[in-house]
Amino acid sequence: MSELSAPIVTRAPAPRVGARAVTQDPALARHVLIGVAVAFLALFLFAPLAVVFTEAFAKGAAKFAETFEDPDAQAAILLTLLTASIAVPANLVFGLAAAWSIAKFSFPGKTLLITLIDLPFSVSPVVSGLVYMLVFGTQGLFGGWLNAHGIQIVFATPAIVLATIFVTFPFVARELIPLMQEQGTVEEEAALTLGASGLKTFLTVTLPNVKWGLLYGVLLCNARAMGEFGAVSVVSGHIRGLTNTIPLQVEILYNEYNNVAAFALAVLLASLALVTLGFKSLLEWRHADELAGRGRH
Amino acid sequence: MTTLARGRTRSFVAPSVIPGFGVTFGYTLLYLSLLVLFPLATLIWRSSGLGLSGLLAVAAEPRVAASLRTTFLIAFLAATTDLLFGLIIAWVLTRYAFPGRRLLDAFVDLPFALPTAVAGISLAALYAPNGWFGAPLADIGVKVAFTRFGIYVALVFVGLPFLVRTVQPIIAELEAELEEASATLGASRWRTARSVLLPPLVPALLTGFALAFARAVGEYGSVIFIAGNIAYVSEIAPLLIIVKLEQYDYAGATGIATIMLGISFGALLAINFIQAWSRRRFGHV
Repeated sequence: MSELSAPIVTRAPAPRVGARAVTQDPALARHVLIGVAVAFLALFLFAPLAVVFTEAFAKGAAKFAETFEDPDAQAAILLTLLTASIAVPANLVFGLAAAWSIAKFSFPGKTLLITLIDLPFSVSPVVSGLVYMLVFGTQGLFGGWLNAHGIQIVFATPAIVLATIFVTFPFVARELIPLMQEQGTVEEEAALTLGASGLKTFLTVTLPNVKWGLLYGVLLCNARAMGEFGAVSVVSGHIRGLTNTIPLQVEILYNEYNNVAAFALAVLLASLALVTLGFKSLLEWRHADELAGRGRH
Repeated sequence: MTTLARGRTRSFVAPSVIPGFGVTFGYTLLYLSLLVLFPLATLIWRSSGLGLSGLLAVAAEPRVAASLRTTFLIAFLAATTDLLFGLIIAWVLTRYAFPGRRLLDAFVDLPFALPTAVAGISLAALYAPNGWFGAPLADIGVKVAFTRFGIYVALVFVGLPFLVRTVQPIIAELEAELEEASATLGASRWRTARSVLLPPLVPALLTGFALAFARAVGEYGSVIFIAGNIAYVSEIAPLLIIVKLEQYDYAGATGIATIMLGISFGALLAINFIQAWSRRRFGHV
């Protein structure tokens, strides 16, 4: 440690030390720390990402492309798209309603409500699936009734959608609530007193103010909705071509030692993750002041 | 008494010219209750049927006890690793300028964005005996895939962004005056780092640790491919829930889920306490 601090000690008595110099770490420490950080990220983040692509193309592009001709793979892609196209808009509408009522009004119990909205994030994905089994499964609360009426919820699309909604529940709301709280109600009040209707105020004043935050929340919500594995795995029943989403199909193919096909489908999800990260970073750089200031820069 | 109560009901929401409270608040409560609170309540109701003795009996089953021990122990070790390296990464990304910094910064969120199943199979491929990392490690006699070490690797992966993203904003807000004062008073840079820079970061580090730990305890997708899932050795609690469900042992599954839920809420509560303490102590979270 004494080598590290040596430059500072020798420089400290000099009268013309710039403010940057004393608040900067010694060059050696800087290089070591940057090296450690880069090495750690390379080992734990970059390598797993790179492996997805190299494994998918290990036997050539033709084998890679073949994966997508399999009807089961196509069914999995369609089911994933269908699930996300229901879950994301549902949570988007909820997020707007929750943010409007929480951010634009004051009432007791707000903190509790926000905590409850955040709840699904602290529940294990497997438990998120389990709770729907306890409600709709054959031994569940409504299992007997559903069975008697021939309604299939678990091991079918409805439960997959429900489990996906559960795990992606807070994304839009937790982005919009702090953002709309920061923005306050002054602009809406101005619009309303000038005679605009409530809906018009929402569409022309509130919505443009939160559009980037909304997009941000929707992006993250969608990425999780399309990639969710644990919760969906519990309720899906793993019926090929019927109740397998892309992540579940990846699992089946991998367990059959069909590496190329498993990683080819994984490439689809990894690309989605990269696009999501790209847009997310773009929003954070370009529109940082129009996002909720929650630990981003 | 009645008038007071009525007065209170009327002013549940503060008067405002903004319309739409009833509709949006009602919808929020309905949607939240139906999709989140009701299913979770069903779990609590089911497990209350087991009773405390039933819960303890589930937890005492040797296979369940082993999986809970594995899960919590490795989640703790992984979160500790994330704490150390997360702090270094957050410091480097916030304080230093170097080429590729922004790219690295964006990539820190990869574990949030990459589906867990994809992370799982790619980690398994990386650390398999013939994988990029698995092969050289096998040469020196270290086996990662299909062992507890594999679980650790996967949990370090999923927890990292929690640490980095919680600590980063606090590092950015550190006041330069304090560092300058410390330096002009003759402290070495190391001394300044230890006694001026580190203390205000402690609440954020603990919060990030709790978040990473909670996430690691519940993690499923990224773990099961690399863990090998050997009962009593490398089987995690979430997997055992699925095993119990497949055996139609709903009571067992509910029991494990309740124990895990209890721990997650404990972590959540701890975070709230840390943040309340931090606000008092440092005036920020």
